[in-house]
Amino acid sequence: MAWLVVRLAISVSLLYTASAVFEDQVGKFDWRQQFIGKVRFALFDTHSQASKKLLVATDKNVFASLNSRTGDLFWRHVDNTGPEGHIDALLMYGQDAVVVVGNGRLLRSWETTVGGLKWETVLDTGSFQAAALVGVQDHVKYVAVLKKSAISLHDLSSGSQIWVENLPDSDSVQYQTIYSGGDGLVFVFGVVPNSHIVIVEYKIEDGEIMNKKSVEAAWMSSLESSCTVISSGILLCVDQITQSLYTLLLQSAEQTEMRQIHLQTLDLEVASGFQPVLTSAQPNPAQPPLSEFFLQLSPDHHILLQLKDGLIVPLRDFNPSYLAAFATSGERTVAAVMSPKNDTACSINLFSADTGRRHLDTTIIYHMDPNGGKPNRLYVHAFLKKDDSVGYRVMVQTEDLTLTFLQQPGRVVWMREEALADVVTMEMVDLPFTGTQAELEGEFGKKAAIQDGLLPMVLKRLSSQFILLQAWLAHLWKLFYDARKPRSSVKNEVSIDTLSRDEFNLQKMMVMVTASGKLFGIDSKSGTILWKQYLENIQPNSVFKLIVQRTTAHFPHPPQCTLLIKNKDTGIGNLYVFNPIFGKKSQISVPALPRPVLQTLLLPVIDQDYAKVLLLIDDQYKVTAFPSTKNVLQQLQDTASSIFFYLVDTSQGKLSGFRLRKDLSTELIWEVVIPTEVQKIVAVKGKRANEHVHSQGRVMGDRSVLYKYLNPNLLAVITESTDTHQERSFVGIFLIDGVTGRIVHEAVQRKARGPVHFVHSENWVVYVYWNSKFRRNEFSVLELFEGAELYNSTVFSSLDRPHPPQVLQQSYIFPAPISTLEATLTEKGITSRHLLVGLPSGNILSLPKMFLDPRRPEVVSEQSREENLIPYAPEMPIREEWFINYNQTVSRVRGIHTAPSGLESTCLVVAYGLDIYQTRVFPSKQFDVLKDDYDYVLISSVLFGLFFATMISKRLAEVKLLNRAWR
Amino acid sequence: MATIRVLSLILSVLSGVTLLWTQSGECNNGRRSGDAVDTDFSGFSVPLEHSFEVDDVPRFRLRGALQFRGGRENGVYLSQNQLSEKERSTLKDVAAVDGLYRIRVPRVSLQVDRQTERQSEGYLTTFVRACSLVESHLSDFITLHTDVSGSIIGISIVTVPGSCRGIEVEDEVDLEVFNTTISVVAPVTAPPPETAPYIERMEQEMEKKGKNPQEQKSFFAKYWYLILGGAVFLMATSSAQAPPGGAREQS
Repeated sequence: MAWLVVRLAISVSLLYTASAVFEDQVGKFDWRQQFIGKVRFALFDTHSQASKKLLVATDKNVFASLNSRTGDLFWRHVDNTGPEGHIDALLMYGQDAVVVVGNGRLLRSWETTVGGLKWETVLDTGSFQAAALVGVQDHVKYVAVLKKSAISLHDLSSGSQIWVENLPDSDSVQYQTIYSGGDGLVFVFGVVPNSHIVIVEYKIEDGEIMNKKSVEAAWMSSLESSCTVISSGILLCVDQITQSLYTLLLQSAEQTEMRQIHLQTLDLEVASGFQPVLTSAQPNPAQPPLSEFFLQLSPDHHILLQLKDGLIVPLRDFNPSYLAAFATSGERTVAAVMSPKNDTACSINLFSADTGRRHLDTTIIYHMDPNGGKPNRLYVHAFLKKDDSVGYRVMVQTEDLTLTFLQQPGRVVWMREEALADVVTMEMVDLPFTGTQAELEGEFGKKAAIQDGLLPMVLKRLSSQFILLQAWLAHLWKLFYDARKPRSSVKNEVSIDTLSRDEFNLQKMMVMVTASGKLFGIDSKSGTILWKQYLENIQPNSVFKLIVQRTTAHFPHPPQCTLLIKNKDTGIGNLYVFNPIFGKKSQISVPALPRPVLQTLLLPVIDQDYAKVLLLIDDQYKVTAFPSTKNVLQQLQDTASSIFFYLVDTSQGKLSGFRLRKDLSTELIWEVVIPTEVQKIVAVKGKRANEHVHSQGRVMGDRSVLYKYLNPNLLAVITESTDTHQERSFVGIFLIDGVTGRIVHEAVQRKARGPVHFVHSENWVVYVYWNSKFRRNEFSVLELFEGAELYNSTVFSSLDRPHPPQVLQQSYIFPAPISTLEATLTEKGITSRHLLVGLPSGNILSLPKMFLDPRRPEVVSEQSREENLIPYAPEMPIREEWFINYNQTVSRVRGIHTAPSGLESTCLVVAYGLDIYQTRVFPSKQFDVLKDDYDYVLISSVLFGLFFATMISKRLAEVKLLNRAWR
Repeated sequence: MATIRVLSLILSVLSGVTLLWTQSGECNNGRRSGDAVDTDFSGFSVPLEHSFEVDDVPRFRLRGALQFRGGRENGVYLSQNQLSEKERSTLKDVAAVDGLYRIRVPRVSLQVDRQTERQSEGYLTTFVRACSLVESHLSDFITLHTDVSGSIIGISIVTVPGSCRGIEVEDEVDLEVFNTTISVVAPVTAPPPETAPYIERMEQEMEKKGKNPQEQKSFFAKYWYLILGGAVFLMATSSAQAPPGGAREQS
């Protein structure tokens, strides 16, 4: 009975903590953007003229269909990450798209209009080499898949395997490509490097080997990059060393070696060190390819050639030209070539493939983004116009993963920033004041006051007050004007010029750093990209750290962000300093970092320009300060003895603490070594610097206070055992004071395994691990308390806290896997905390910290009820209404960023992965905001009514008193 | 190692030694039971070194010897030397310039069967402000932390009281002998989710419910919680159903 009452109490309490959004709040303060990643294959649906479909397969193992008119996604399939879901090939015929997935593991056919799976076949093992559509008598019926040692033919409509044949001598010959010209045969090309080419001919009906020959080719190392089939079955290869083209007639029995054509005879030359590229076109898989082809001689030189009667004829030389591509519409094949026009623009022109003649009025001007990268892929969609001329649209992919879709005469139809599919780190920066607010701030600036006298100051004051009045009137007018218009048509256009902080600082600038080295500034309210900056020459394995050195609070100094870009292998880093609001590179001189950077430390010390000082520690334990003005160095000298930092060497399991000396060198002061034979350090996390804790303790049921152990220098170190046996594996948790190196707490979670996700905040650590014995995810929470008395209530010093804290711990079963974990953060820390759990399903769960409380009692008592503690239950509930992103799932969520807003109740949340989702959460409901449906009319009419009632009754009372006095 | 033992014999002035061994109930060495290690009773000893210099460049000298007794009931003793006249004055000087008092121990394993590989390279160091050591009259707490396999991974020292208030200390009386409390701390085992007691409790509840025949109760006594719950639920839903607005821009 009592139990049921308790359960009822819980469910009632949950009813009130539920924080789902209402239907009409959808999309009001949240938005989601979906991405696909770097495009590897893109095919336009040329099946019908009106088709808007664009099929793409990307390096993020995403297969999607885009609307080529708007750039929106029709549908998207996100496969497993890693090689398991890698898309090897994409072929399209009619309404069907055939995809080879996972290094030739699966063959799938998709229906392209709705994205439904038509069939799926598991292929034989073996590493994937090539795939091609095979046609017979003008109809494409099969798809052939070439593996390292076998070739198989599958029916296109059902996926059933027609035949599979082992390739002859597959251990010595590397089979690489496949070709079919619609004449009932499939050719497989293999190469023995620097020796000969092997060509095997299969009959389509039963897979019988019709012919097998080997041709001398001592110069050849790889077929894939240097050979193609053109015309009616002629193998064409190019070689850089001999500067020659080679041709071979496939179906002739007598030709036993390749015919060499020196490029010199065509007056051509391959640029030194450049691997020439051949591009041919086979518009219909059931018919032989064209006899025209592109030869790329250098990064910016293409030539269109034709093979005619065994002779190679140059049709047109494109010098300079960046990119070239064929496209087919109906019976006509055209070639699009992108050539540089000037420094900032390129022109794309259309040429007829068979003659090389330029089509009139087909120029598209492509303006290159000065903050972007160079174009590196060109996809052409050709179509027939009403007057039977060929029209076309192009999609350009650049180095910084921008997809731009253009149509004549250079109008950008849409743009996608696919770099955002791989956000590495981000920060949220406050927006600056409006111009008028800034004007006022400037008026009271120090410099102005010194220069001006009394009278100019008064005038200045009056003028700025006038400006304020003007702005206010304009604002009122706008309000009035907008109120008359229907709500839907009021659209707040966000641009970089109109950016300003709102009343409650809910709108912020999201500065996002992506793996490709492109930086973005995104408005958090609408998701509009306000600025972008591509950093060139970023190594693919770089580590980024974004630091806000100066916020917007120090007008007229612009806000300043510093990005540390570090090479993962060498550790050598460099700094990029920029203004986070406008994305402009700062002119400040940046210290050179010749040595690998081990650690960075942002100090609360500020220089005379209000920029926080960043310390960079190199591998010789020397410290570089940035900025390093005299003022800063002086301050550092004064405070050197109280600046400590820690280093982690995971390869040796060593944690060490250092203290700064006055000459910016350092001294080792503590060392903790966790032997790597037993366990290895996987993560070390301190607390967030901008975190505030409002209450120092917790009020217990008996009205006493349990004080929290709030050590700002505490580090949580997580280790995993090297022994991975399910009974002996463990996860270690060390809480170490970063100043003194004192191990405050040390625990092992037995029979546990990583990956461990954890959050370290206030006086608690929450971590998630995999229980290898019971095969489930479990949450564990550690809370640290000083006890009933505080040692020193005024200030916390790691050097003077002799008593170890009391540590409470409890664990729970979590019935779902976890991708990432983060805690909410608010301005003053009064609002209760929630944990934001990113699930692989794409949902983000907002889990009240209340459920992760090690003081949850086993047995309910009067005191625990007084304290509002939920009785212990081993399983953590997951409720759908706790999903903050309702149906807006975030694919492959990798990180969650939380930032406080100006409202204490509200925390801004950004989840990023393949998608980006931004929303606000209210962990303790909106206690400081009037509800949306607050009845202003009622409350004011009641107020006025009461006011008048008082007035009238007062008057009446006066009259009555007077009357009584007369009586 | 022998030299150290001789040293500690010669300077046989023992200061306050406390024995403390905190160990979780479970086997903390990660090994299966069976290969018990009670055979070696001799134990071993490890030097504890300290350094306090006015110029703050560490020069470690012997402070004492940590003696571990082998076997399951591991204990640790600290036999340490008295501070000499010169050392006392140095310590006071270091305290005056707010220098550091550092200690270190070599990285060793407390498992006797690992004695052969015991001398791994390197030391574990830590520090305390010299002034707090002086002001606490050399009363300090030294804690050695071990990992699951029994190797020492860290050392910490705190003084009680830990603050520096600038109190004058009579050197002869208060700075002669250390008043040290030494302990060895092994990692605690974090609790797994406690399903068994929970299920037990649930079963007890069920049993209790089963014992009380519910027929005797009246309708309201039986279902009052359902009625109350229903009422609360109705109240909650009626408040939730009220139009949440959204008509007005939230600010």
